[in-house]
Amino acid sequence: MSGRPEFSGLSVGDVVATQEVAITRDTLVRYAGASGDFNPIHYNDVFAESVGLPGVIAHGMFTMGAAASVVETWAGPGNVVDFQTRFSRPIPVPNPGEAVATVTCKIGALDDEATTARVDVTVEFDGQKVLSKAQAVVACA
Amino acid sequence: MPVNADAVGRSYGPGEPYEVTRVKIREFADAVGAPSEAHRSVEAAKAAGFSDLVAPTTFAVVIAQRAEFPAIVDPEVGVDFSKVVHADERFVHHRPLVAGDVISAVVHIENIVQRAGISMVTTRAELTDATGEPVSTVTSTLAVREDA
Repeated sequence: MSGRPEFSGLSVGDVVATQEVAITRDTLVRYAGASGDFNPIHYNDVFAESVGLPGVIAHGMFTMGAAASVVETWAGPGNVVDFQTRFSRPIPVPNPGEAVATVTCKIGALDDEATTARVDVTVEFDGQKVLSKAQAVVACA
Repeated sequence: MPVNADAVGRSYGPGEPYEVTRVKIREFADAVGAPSEAHRSVEAAKAAGFSDLVAPTTFAVVIAQRAEFPAIVDPEVGVDFSKVVHADERFVHHRPLVAGDVISAVVHIENIVQRAGISMVTTRAELTDATGEPVSTVTSTLAVREDA
């Protein structure tokens, strides 16, 4: 595919992309519709509080998808061949207002034989990591 | 009722195949802020070397979560969905997923680990195209709180 990152130009430790992601209730409703995940903890405060949450939280899969989009700004579409994460903390999303997460993508390892780069992805909200061991493998040229 | 650890090895599906559409790819790309025009314009997708609109990295969850549903509600597995937290997720793409793909999914209960009032239930969804070739493997773990 075209648009693959140039492997020879990469070094471990390079920050290849960083972006702030603003999340509102509108964002979550949109993601619910697009993904088919209609768990009410992602839109209904009364329900969320009844199960012990501080209020509505973002879908973990929204956060993962938004992080993948930041990787894609650098990697190009269709070039992330493997992406995994653990969900370590929820992102509470206020109403009104927004929650702003910061996504940072750094080269964690390079595989000469496969011509792939492992991108270590950090997503921080309120000074804490909300994803852990978030790693994308990107096919390079 | 606790999660039944003997459910490891059970499989579900394939159900009715999932048809990947341009409209759904655009909708999902907008929802996660995927930047590329190759998710939106057929011309841009073809210029980038794809046969049609290419799906964003995590789009396969739309197909995988539908396919996981019968496993999650199977009384023989015993997951109480009101006590579930998503613990981890992984996508391995064997080739890019594109509009026009007709995808079948089979879900396997890969592992169940129980400790300290939590059951970790791992499922693996194997997504294949209309010719039976592998497209994506989606692995997901749910943490289920057990009543004391």
